[in-house]
Amino acid sequence: MAKDKMVPVPSNSIVPERDVDKTPILETHHLGIDFGGLTAVDELTLAVGRTEIAGLIGPNGAGKTTVFNLLTNVYQPTRGTIMLDGKSTARKNTEQVNRMGIARTFQNIRLFSNMSVLDNVKVGLHNSIKQPLISSITRLFGYRASEKKSRDEAMELLKFFKMEDMANHQAGSLPYGAQRRLEIARALATHPGIILLDEPAAGMNPSETAELMENIRRIRDNFNIAVMLIEHDMNLVMNICEGICVLDHGKVIAKGTPEEIKSNPKVIEAYLGKKKEAK
Amino acid sequence: MNKTRKLSKFTLTNIKCYGMIIVAFAVLYPMLKMNMISNKISGLLIPICAYIVMAISLNLTVGFLGELSLGHAGFMSVGAFSGVITVACMQSGLPAPVKLLAAIIIGGIMAGILGLIIGIPVIRLKGDYLAIVTLAFGEIIKNIINCLYIGVDGSGLHFSMKSAEALNLSDGKIILNGPQGAVGVSKIATFFAGVLLILFALFVVLNLVNSKTGRAVTAIRDNRIAAESVGINITKYKLTAFIISAVIAGMAGALYGLNFSTIAAKKFDFNTSILILVFVVLGGMGNIPGTIIATTLLYMLPEMLRQFSDYRMLIYAIVLILVMLATNSPRAKVFANKIVGIFKKNNETDGEGDVSNG
Repeated sequence: MAKDKMVPVPSNSIVPERDVDKTPILETHHLGIDFGGLTAVDELTLAVGRTEIAGLIGPNGAGKTTVFNLLTNVYQPTRGTIMLDGKSTARKNTEQVNRMGIARTFQNIRLFSNMSVLDNVKVGLHNSIKQPLISSITRLFGYRASEKKSRDEAMELLKFFKMEDMANHQAGSLPYGAQRRLEIARALATHPGIILLDEPAAGMNPSETAELMENIRRIRDNFNIAVMLIEHDMNLVMNICEGICVLDHGKVIAKGTPEEIKSNPKVIEAYLGKKKEAK
Repeated sequence: MNKTRKLSKFTLTNIKCYGMIIVAFAVLYPMLKMNMISNKISGLLIPICAYIVMAISLNLTVGFLGELSLGHAGFMSVGAFSGVITVACMQSGLPAPVKLLAAIIIGGIMAGILGLIIGIPVIRLKGDYLAIVTLAFGEIIKNIINCLYIGVDGSGLHFSMKSAEALNLSDGKIILNGPQGAVGVSKIATFFAGVLLILFALFVVLNLVNSKTGRAVTAIRDNRIAAESVGINITKYKLTAFIISAVIAGMAGALYGLNFSTIAAKKFDFNTSILILVFVVLGGMGNIPGTIIATTLLYMLPEMLRQFSDYRMLIYAIVLILVMLATNSPRAKVFANKIVGIFKKNNETDGEGDVSNG
């Protein structure tokens, strides 16, 4: 995991073709979950490389967000296993899974809207800042050092997303695009090995989407982590993802590179429906 | 040239809180010493101190943790009786401030232990359910203390749930006599101690809110699912805030209990819990300076209204409603913002801030 690496890279160094570390950080084997009689996800087997940008696509109701909820143990899977960096995440709760290295954002933005932008990121840094209760209360015993460290790290992350001038704004009052970026910054603050983005481009205009694509690449390149995203914007998915997995009705119908997915007849069928037989 | 750094919100709140208390003390204490305050008012000072501490403590649970606790008087009660028992067990030769300090510390510890015991099941609940269960716990505590008999003699403390006779005291005295409560309490609480306790509570709560722990607690209030997703241990931080709140409430209870010569469990009933909640809600959830002002005014109000005799509580209720309307109406907010804006003007025009300091 890229714990302390936050070396700024000049933006022209971002090239579409780069060596992607394909050794898996996240693997699932025959993952499945039932809600009562309904099988929401079934037989999901996939692997995400260490510095890969992976896409999870599918029509509405295909079970994409359910997969994210399974990966972060919001739901406990009925079948199958999830391996993070070779370790199983079974019987862990969301908070422990985050500490193991999975961070996420939400489809409907979930910020700490009454807190400042800076504090939102500081909350993300929670587990990497050592500050025992006694020093919280007395403001002694290394309080200043730990607060300074969390402030500096949070500001650095905000700078990464060009949000440093908004640091003292209330998170809930930010414009929509900035809220999305803040949510990603907060997730990155937990020093994850993989970040899951749930529809990061939802509700964005083309120029915002282009900026987001740039940001996602920068996240991968600067932090050396894997990114997995759910998205309906095919332009974004086909442009930045190195591997794509297509879900329909909870089952994987195709896996591969963007080119393979584009030409896969099953994918076209899932999105556009079957061609009717000529009468 | 920007020598005078912009005061952070934290520093500003601190100055308001500590300043308010210290100024009030500096004005009232000499007056109290010179007997310039009527008996009626001076008798209210220590209870007001205790209730301010209670309100600060409850604001931690309601305002910052975001959970409605309706049993806060229970912690106060445990603190009060632990304090009374502590003082009764100590040698009479000791100076009063030492006894008071010991009583407050023991009161806080006992309430903290109770907070832990209650907190473990309660913290798993959310919203209304948590409120109902804390309400029940508050009543349970009241009823247990109501039928508790405690006495002390040469061989130590004696407990009984039956009657005073069952204590089998050889030569000692009864401290807690069931429904009658504690009688013959030594009134050792002082206004000075009350102010110190307020300052202590402010110190703990204000620092806590602006620390890693406080941020975690506020994050849980704002969005529990998101807090979980960034690796915050929900149970741990909720429990921490709940216990700290209980400890402070216990300390306030000890101060309150040692201000009266008799104190009974029925004083700390549901109405007391609600009263403290009213202080917090009207003062502003998460707003400590507001809570202090609201507590002082609302505690004094019924006493000031005594001349209206029968209509006292009616007027009290009307005042409460008016305050609520005034603090919530958009027009009042615009007006308040205007006033605040006058003071804030120099903060917004960043560079020129130093010149026109209002």
